[in-house]
Amino acid sequence: MAETRSRIASRVGALPPSGIRRFFDLVEKMPEAVSLGIGEPDFVTPWRIRETAIYSLERGHTHYTPNQGTRELREKLASYLARKFGAAYDPDAELLITVGASEAIDVALRTILEPGDGVLVPQPCFVSYVPCVVLAGGCARPVSTVAEEGFRVQVEGLAQADDGNARALLMGYPNNPTGATLTRADVEGVVGYAAERDLLVVSDEIYAELTYDGSHVSVASVPGGKERTILIGGFSKAWAMTGWRLGFAAGPAEIIEAMTKLHSYTVMCPPTVAQEAAVEALEGCEGEVDEMRREYNQRRRVVVNRLNAMGLTCFEPRGAFYAFPSIASTGMGSEEFAERLLREEKVAVVPGAAFGDCGEGFVRCSYATSMSVLEEALGRIRAFVERVGE
Amino acid sequence: MATDEILQLLVGNARLTSGEIAERTGRPEGEVKKAITKLEKDRVIRRYKTVVDWEKMGEEHVFGFIEVRVSPEREVGFDAVAERIMGFPEVHSLYLMSGTYDLLVVVEGKTMREVAYFVAERLAPLDHVISTATHFVLKRYKVDGDVMEERAESKRLPVTP
Repeated sequence: MAETRSRIASRVGALPPSGIRRFFDLVEKMPEAVSLGIGEPDFVTPWRIRETAIYSLERGHTHYTPNQGTRELREKLASYLARKFGAAYDPDAELLITVGASEAIDVALRTILEPGDGVLVPQPCFVSYVPCVVLAGGCARPVSTVAEEGFRVQVEGLAQADDGNARALLMGYPNNPTGATLTRADVEGVVGYAAERDLLVVSDEIYAELTYDGSHVSVASVPGGKERTILIGGFSKAWAMTGWRLGFAAGPAEIIEAMTKLHSYTVMCPPTVAQEAAVEALEGCEGEVDEMRREYNQRRRVVVNRLNAMGLTCFEPRGAFYAFPSIASTGMGSEEFAERLLREEKVAVVPGAAFGDCGEGFVRCSYATSMSVLEEALGRIRAFVERVGE
Repeated sequence: MATDEILQLLVGNARLTSGEIAERTGRPEGEVKKAITKLEKDRVIRRYKTVVDWEKMGEEHVFGFIEVRVSPEREVGFDAVAERIMGFPEVHSLYLMSGTYDLLVVVEGKTMREVAYFVAERLAPLDHVISTATHFVLKRYKVDGDVMEERAESKRLPVTP
């Protein structure tokens, strides 16, 4: 008999499951648990966006759109990016509408990497960055960031992780899981380093609209940034449209053209109904977005304040909807902390180690949850911390 | 700007303490307290109310929207008659309108008969009232920005990246 070979390709078999997966299974068996582990808005998509989608379906707009996305959406997106990100893109050549920012990240990496290319990945970071690099044939080079620096990536850190083989830098600010944002000086530093080393920057700025102190500085907006950056964003966070699966990539024409080729072979085009709804999101929902941002900001202050008061030191997150407190004062590892908190107080938070080694010693608390749930969860966390500290 | 945010928080929940508002807005508690006192003194905040679902208490509440046509009085216009109408405790709200009628009177009663009686006995006979048209509310879907029927929340996965 022939030797049996695994039916799963080795590069997939070798991928570790997401650090969140195991935790998800635990929490799912506990329906009464209060969860601060959710990485999506608690708000429902604003009604005018949903209503536009209904109208789109009523008119029978149920066919494919151009691979790149509808011309109307790309035009609106171009003017939005010029207005909010300070970067001018040609809607015909430099924009691609994708199935969530997730697809944009995957396609961007597969488009630019040769086997063995190094990719600098500042951590803690979103759980799919490293797997996407690996699946695209690249080698992830983790770049540690620390709480003392507000988890902002620094040039020294990049240089330390760079073995001379790096082709690209993949980062996301405002950051999931830390809530860190970059200052203009940080962004200029990063772009300067990328220029010096001739790196492409894949910049996932999906949380840009959820910036609370100052305004978002896009990598594409600083001198020398745009021409070497694939800017990635989406509708999930600011417009509470996670389930619609709609994102975008903006970048140099040559790269967007190649990405569009890949994208056309894998997904053909993003959902038509979501694209038509997204036009309304860009056009008519500033009030709703402001309102959600204001509410997140209020919750952010409460969460950070309470965590610090109970001894879980928490640097001030300036974006996204996460707080990333240190649990050092409890003497526990992040897995142990999260698991015990879940079993003993029925509160779910995500162990920081799930977002990279330097996330160890921290947990991610999402405040994309109503104030009453937050108050309940924070009360229980305080009880837990007091008990284990005795 | 900060006052705006304080007001918006209080409109959502009048029972928030100054401490809670301070925490949410990132301002010192003393400053919040002072701002609220000033808003109260200036009558920007008129009073704090409670929104009650009387039906849950088993109490019937009937609302009638009464369109009233009025002949305005010399010098005082509609104000004099409006004054007389709003004095009745049955009158829940009263508006001067543009269009085919003049005053919109929202009347609250325990039964339709009670509302109808009020219109026939009190409202219609008033001097300067030319005519009334009574419309009863059958169902309240959204009142003062609150959706009346509680719907199940859309479920989210308990842990997501």
